[in-house]
Amino acid sequence: MIDPIFLAEAAVNGLLLGGVLALLALGLNLIFGVLDIVWIAYVDLVMLCMYLVYFLVMAYGWPVWLAGLVGLAFGALLGVGVHWLIITPILNSPPVNQLLATGGLLFFIQSFATFLWTTDHRSVRLALPTVEVAGMFLSFARLLAFALAILAMLGLYLFLTRTFIGTAIRAVAQDRGAMALMGASPQRIYTVTSAVGGAMAGVAAVLLSIQYSVHPHFGAAFGPITFMICVLGGLGNMVGAFVASFIMSEIISIGGVIWSTEMGYVIAFALFIVMMFVRPGGLLARRER
Amino acid sequence: MGRAAALAALALLAAGPFLPMGGTRDYIVHVVIQIFIWSFIGQAWSLMGRFGLVSLGHGAFLGVGAYATTLLWNFYGLTPWVGVLLAVAAAVVLAFVVAYPCSRFGIVGHYFGLVTLAVGEVIRLLIIAERDWTGGSLGVTLKAPDEAASLVAAQFADKRVFYYASLAIWLGGLWVWRRLDRSMARSAMEAIGEDETAAASVGIHVTRFKIGITALSAALTAVGGVLYAQYITYVNPETLAGIGVSLRIVFAVVLGGMYSLLGPTVGTAITIALAEYLRVVFGLKFIGMAETIYGLLLVLFIIFLPAGIWGSLRDLARRRRAAAAPAAA
Repeated sequence: MIDPIFLAEAAVNGLLLGGVLALLALGLNLIFGVLDIVWIAYVDLVMLCMYLVYFLVMAYGWPVWLAGLVGLAFGALLGVGVHWLIITPILNSPPVNQLLATGGLLFFIQSFATFLWTTDHRSVRLALPTVEVAGMFLSFARLLAFALAILAMLGLYLFLTRTFIGTAIRAVAQDRGAMALMGASPQRIYTVTSAVGGAMAGVAAVLLSIQYSVHPHFGAAFGPITFMICVLGGLGNMVGAFVASFIMSEIISIGGVIWSTEMGYVIAFALFIVMMFVRPGGLLARRER
Repeated sequence: MGRAAALAALALLAAGPFLPMGGTRDYIVHVVIQIFIWSFIGQAWSLMGRFGLVSLGHGAFLGVGAYATTLLWNFYGLTPWVGVLLAVAAAVVLAFVVAYPCSRFGIVGHYFGLVTLAVGEVIRLLIIAERDWTGGSLGVTLKAPDEAASLVAAQFADKRVFYYASLAIWLGGLWVWRRLDRSMARSAMEAIGEDETAAASVGIHVTRFKIGITALSAALTAVGGVLYAQYITYVNPETLAGIGVSLRIVFAVVLGGMYSLLGPTVGTAITIALAEYLRVVFGLKFIGMAETIYGLLLVLFIIFLPAGIWGSLRDLARRRRAAAAPAAA
């Protein structure tokens, strides 16, 4: 029998992981909701930002917060770059082609990173303490990352609801055609959305880089789970993605303690497959058909 | 003329391993065997892909096939000749488990891609998690047979045996593609790919066709996996299951063109030749360079030549001919 304290610790760790996963899922979901395209390479963009933060902090000795801000800006830049160079030319192609084009980008980034930086695992070493709460040992880095992730999501929420451009983004997500009829330029909205989505990737990268080491296959490790969360929550559905990230992260974390890390993932993915059949529109979807 | 050229090419391929190539013969035969096997797998994938059923998890079928025969041979001494039947059966069952709900609940496009991607990951992670008998991430080596039992074990020291086996299977794949291309099922599948509701309304049994094509594709993929495992005599979850190999299959096919008979072969040949070329020329210094280049090529192809290399060449030739015909008359 497993000591309940380990389960409790796993549950809290799952919660903390869920915060960062939610950030990733929201960024990806924002782009999907507006552009109707899944960026398969999304987590690989995160990886690039992580490398940037790593090099700024470890090689150039920048303070982490400054490197973090640069990472965020770099993420936004990557987002715009991907949109202009890859998505814009194929905006009207079949969805399959769009999926494959960003898949090609995934291969490109992953292999180019292997080529440039080899497969070494690199981590930003911060001397952050471990906190003891009610007999559980929690890493301070994770607590910090969780808090910042919640803040970032709050920021995204305010941006989408309180600013003019945010409202416009939500309007496009609802009805692309009608928005163009109202005289708004979808192209501009798309660019802003990609930049915001990229910036979310940048924030996630900063928060991930203080808890995990970065390597070229980082995207392959976190990518599939991120897509599953988005689909589980309902592609484009922000609240759904938020809820789904915590469900998935709890399963992975608790399953990891009871069986093994792989089994945790297997159960999470199996649940995803089952849920696809039970609720194809996502956890919180209302049945439309 | 087309027929004569095809016969000549076939004769050349049949004589392949006996052509004088000096010391590099074994190496070239090895590369060509890989091209045949992966082209065959690519053809199997494109049976679904060309009708809009884009699977990002074909690694699952590959892994199920390869691991089924390998583990049956290693633990129970069951000959792969029988094992392959069980492997195909397992892959077909898995295909049914995936395809039935997917077509019943209208999971298409992005969603289908993501569900299959999850299936591929589940198989990869299960293989890793069951490390006591699958060897986990380290993989498993097929048990070497006694001298006399090489036929029973389907392991042959002579590469030429595998050359002809993979050539035969590749031709078989082309034949299946051709058969399907000329059948009524093709029209039905195309109608389903365009608009499921409309297809159902004219009396096409959508679910039956989708399951059928998925099962066929999965079965052929499993056969490819078995052959690959028998040839390399080593299986590993990264090379035979999961997202990496699944995407690699898709990319090779898209590069060559998934709507034409020889598209998957051309794409696979190019990607394997490119990887081997860079490996030979730059050695281990440029790890990752080959894939960097073909990732980039892939993006460019999807943007500028979505029909793939072979598909675009064929369309070009056809247009030329159409333009020339009226002038001649």
